[in-house]
Amino acid sequence: MTDGGAGYGDLDVLGVLNDPVRRQLYRHVAAAPGDVGRDAAAEAVGVSRSLAAHHLDKLVEAGLLAVDYRRLSGKSGPGAGRPAKVYRRAAGEYAVSVPPRSYDEVSRVLADVVERAGLDRELQTAARGAGEAAQGDPEAALAARGYQPFWDGAVLRLRNCPFRALSEEFPALICGMNLALVEGLAAGAEWSVEVDPCGGGCCVALQRTGEAGDGDKV
Amino acid sequence: MTDSSTHAPSSVPPSTPAHGFQLAQVNIGRFVAPADSPQIAGFVSKLEEINALADRSPGFVWRLVDGSGMDAMGLRPDSDDDLLQINCSVWESIEALKDYVYRSAHLGLLTRRREWFERLGERHQAMWWVPAGHRPTVAEAMAKVAWIREHGPSPQAFDFRDPYPMPTGRGNATAVSSA
Repeated sequence: MTDGGAGYGDLDVLGVLNDPVRRQLYRHVAAAPGDVGRDAAAEAVGVSRSLAAHHLDKLVEAGLLAVDYRRLSGKSGPGAGRPAKVYRRAAGEYAVSVPPRSYDEVSRVLADVVERAGLDRELQTAARGAGEAAQGDPEAALAARGYQPFWDGAVLRLRNCPFRALSEEFPALICGMNLALVEGLAAGAEWSVEVDPCGGGCCVALQRTGEAGDGDKV
Repeated sequence: MTDSSTHAPSSVPPSTPAHGFQLAQVNIGRFVAPADSPQIAGFVSKLEEINALADRSPGFVWRLVDGSGMDAMGLRPDSDDDLLQINCSVWESIEALKDYVYRSAHLGLLTRRREWFERLGERHQAMWWVPAGHRPTVAEAMAKVAWIREHGPSPQAFDFRDPYPMPTGRGNATAVSSA
């Protein structure tokens, strides 16, 4: 959801990330599989709890993080204490391009045409090829493309969907393209790739198919 | 979560009166080859599993089945077209249906739709609100597809892109076109 025009609104939002501590806190919370409390965020970044709280709330104010309240102790009822503030990445999307560019508009028009023409398989073939062209370890390749991979037991899940807005508009088309792209990235390595939505992130999950064992993750 | 400073998430369903409305949906598709051909075998082999997933999904109410009681593959919504398939079901909310269609293993099947189904040049799905307990017929469902093709999305027949909210009031007090 870029706010159109010359994108100055987005620039203001992203300007909030100029502070290095704030940027580290944002990165930590945005990549975390679940909500993050103030203590955990402060510890991850190596700053005091009060400094972390200050910056986290600035990020909420800017719309980059969303806040919720939860009892982190797991206790409930009287004596469980006050619910703590927890943070997660906000749903809004911001982009800044100088000079102004609008690739999202192009992608929407192209997706509409591909959808109408029923070219799912042709799109998947192209996406698989693009994935295969990438060199190196699939986990690193996924991270480099913004998927924010994390291990959920033996399953590699993806915290972020890089094609979010488009995939909500054209789910079958774009998720199919994405699946093929990830399959391409994982081709050659011993991985199984499947659609296994887990809420919030990318719907694709990967598992090593090599020798079952201690899960050495190089 | 009682704190008022956070917005209520949109996924929280509106309170549903005991005799309110439920969401009916129809989706038609034309096989690229006869149902018993090798081209369709991949789809057929997944059908039982994916229907079972629907049946146990939150908010699922009912789905249309043929004489086998298992699925709707034996139904012929167009007697002149042996390849045309119909899929019709009832859900508690648009969100519940969306969670199943796009946020479950069903999505994996959707990404392979062009292996099994022709691209239809016209709209092929419709949804509409029915009084709770109502079970659409094939004729009613096909009439909804015809309606949205002719009139575009409206409260009579809409889609995920242009949804219409659940009507207010008592569902059983409202006549439906097929009644």
